[in-house]
Amino acid sequence: MKFNRRDFLTASAAITAASALPGCASIGGSGAPHVVVVGAGFGGTTCAKYIRMWDPKIKVTIIEPNDKFISCPISNWVLGGMKTMADITHSYDTLMKKYSINWVKDTVVGIDVDKRTVRTAGGQTLAYDRLVLAPGVEIRTDTVEGYKEAAAAQKVVHAWKAGPETALLRKQLEAMPDGGVFVMSVPTVPYRCPPGPYERACLVASYFKKHKPKSKIILLDGNQDVASKPALFKWAWKTYYDGMIDYRPNNGPKRVDHKTMTVHTEFDDVKGDVLNVVPAQRAGEVTALAGARNDSNKVWCVVDFVTFESTAAKNVHIIGDSVLSNLPKSGHMATNHAKVCASAIVELLNGRQPTPTPVVANTCYSAVSDSTSGHVATVFRYNPEKKQWDTQPGGGASSQGDEINFVFTWAWAENIWAEMLT
Amino acid sequence: MNKTLVAGLLGAGLIASSLSALASDPHTRVLASTCLSCHGPGGKSKSAMPSLAGMDKTYFVTQMKAFKTGQRPASVMHRHTPGYTDQEIEKMGEYFAALK
Repeated sequence: MKFNRRDFLTASAAITAASALPGCASIGGSGAPHVVVVGAGFGGTTCAKYIRMWDPKIKVTIIEPNDKFISCPISNWVLGGMKTMADITHSYDTLMKKYSINWVKDTVVGIDVDKRTVRTAGGQTLAYDRLVLAPGVEIRTDTVEGYKEAAAAQKVVHAWKAGPETALLRKQLEAMPDGGVFVMSVPTVPYRCPPGPYERACLVASYFKKHKPKSKIILLDGNQDVASKPALFKWAWKTYYDGMIDYRPNNGPKRVDHKTMTVHTEFDDVKGDVLNVVPAQRAGEVTALAGARNDSNKVWCVVDFVTFESTAAKNVHIIGDSVLSNLPKSGHMATNHAKVCASAIVELLNGRQPTPTPVVANTCYSAVSDSTSGHVATVFRYNPEKKQWDTQPGGGASSQGDEINFVFTWAWAENIWAEMLT
Repeated sequence: MNKTLVAGLLGAGLIASSLSALASDPHTRVLASTCLSCHGPGGKSKSAMPSLAGMDKTYFVTQMKAFKTGQRPASVMHRHTPGYTDQEIEKMGEYFAALK
């Protein structure tokens, strides 16, 4: 027999209501468990939606300071002039209304793990049964000397969180004269979106080729080689942009001087007309409020992958880029962390056990020109003995770009945005 | 007991077998839901990827196996399918066939 999602929700609500869970933690004895989700990016929105879909008895609140979602994936297309900011900006309204999610437009400034409460900048205190932190990354602007001053002067941006910096960097590229130099730096792994810097170089080169063909790109990479899809990007640089992209591995930035428009590395002093310095990253600020930035370097968050619960903070789940793992830090992967986490929270709040061996997949497309893309796609299966994800057979990356993958890149974006927001 | 709850309980009895595939097997539920990051919300694609909602189970299983062996050429599905067991593919097929 077939049934639609509405029937499913109604049936689930009835069953869970009928089973009257006596052991289930709840706020003030009101009976309905409450999950607070902090951050409405790929992970947070998906987790909130799936908790509501899989168990409508659970109340869900999202705390997010931004009015709209602006997508990092496809933001390089904006820099390349292939899409606009409007194309990557989406409303939260449908998600909020369709799934009856309580929405708090605010920033979390305090977490009391023992009392299970979060405090917001606006002065609200919210109690939770389970807390999900999905903040993405914090950009460590202090790791490059002079960065903060350069950023304050609006001379240098990272544009590694899509938004006003994306628009500003695009304007800087548009204003750059033909024959100018675009300097971009890549942090050492792990960082958000491993193929992102190399895709950005391709799409800026694609724009230059059409509009400013005498221009150059210098890519200063802190890594010893291209960190993701190396064959694909090297193929594209040679095939489409031969002589335009100067790739310099093992050459990350130490200092930036916006007065002389120079990026200083250990080996080079590189002058440019547009400087795009992407500093190192760590788990989002809010994870530190829960004491959950607990790997050996106090940079990323260690979680139990069956539930994505922090190993440092009970009842606090962390998903997305903030997590320490052998999974890639991608928006796609964040949606799949979110589904494992949502399912586990539903099981736990109903007194059942989550799947001990979740399976997730990553699919990641990168455009290498205005009409071709490549991909990397991998399935990961959790291995409880090793406490890490086993890469499954079959996964791998394109070695060249093509038009079919380009069509699927945009198709992927349309579907994943719909998946998280509708 | 309100009308919605009554309807829900009646519905739950009628659809118990399908519901077990969707709600009572968290492994399959997670597995199938991860496909929707590409194939669209509720298995209803908004773009070039095929919709999975309501797909015939036998067709789904046959295609997944054809991607796995390379018999059917693919853009990315040949990367994914070897990562799943035959049993998982069967369960996913049941799950998507039951989605409307």
